[in-house]
Amino acid sequence: MRHRVGFNRLDRKTSHRKAMLRNMVTSLFRYERITTTKAKALEARRIADKMITRAKEDTVHSRRIIAKDIGDKEILNKLFTEIAPMFQERAGGYTRILKLGQRQGDAAEVVLLELVEKTEDKKEEKKKAKKKAPKKAAEAAAE
Amino acid sequence: MAVPKYKTSKARTRTRKSINMKLVAPKLVECSTCGNKVLPHRVCPKCGFYRGKQVLNLEDIG
Repeated sequence: MRHRVGFNRLDRKTSHRKAMLRNMVTSLFRYERITTTKAKALEARRIADKMITRAKEDTVHSRRIIAKDIGDKEILNKLFTEIAPMFQERAGGYTRILKLGQRQGDAAEVVLLELVEKTEDKKEEKKKAKKKAPKKAAEAAAE
Repeated sequence: MAVPKYKTSKARTRTRKSINMKLVAPKLVECSTCGNKVLPHRVCPKCGFYRGKQVLNLEDIG
């Protein structure tokens, strides 16, 4: 029985929906935060979260599975080498949805879909760690 | 077949519907950062803060 296991078809044909969600997830990994409607965000997040979980294990097999949906090699590489490692300790819940309000025109609820951790923050942390490390080394040498 | 004997008057229709036609004012809360009235669970459109964190840089959007 497959009862009550559904998803939002978003009023689109399968091919249209698939293409759109692929594009959205690719954009999410590229920019790390995208503005969209709530319904679309919830669907895109399902896919994105599953992809990140898959990408935690960097093997040819998992790369091929994800490459079915992410055509951009640069983004695919980013997912495996930058995004997935950030979430290694986190068991799910990699994305966050923040409500922004209603859109003029159709009053659709607009939200911000973002990765809980940003690669930029990680890079800054590394820089800080590197800056701190030489100082400590210097202090240790002085003592 | 049973059929209504009288047409339902506008007054009767509207009285019946009145309970659902009531307009409800949105419940607003104060933004914890700027004090602006905002809808609960939404990012403040004035300052771009949500739960004490800057999540939106309004200058970037313009």
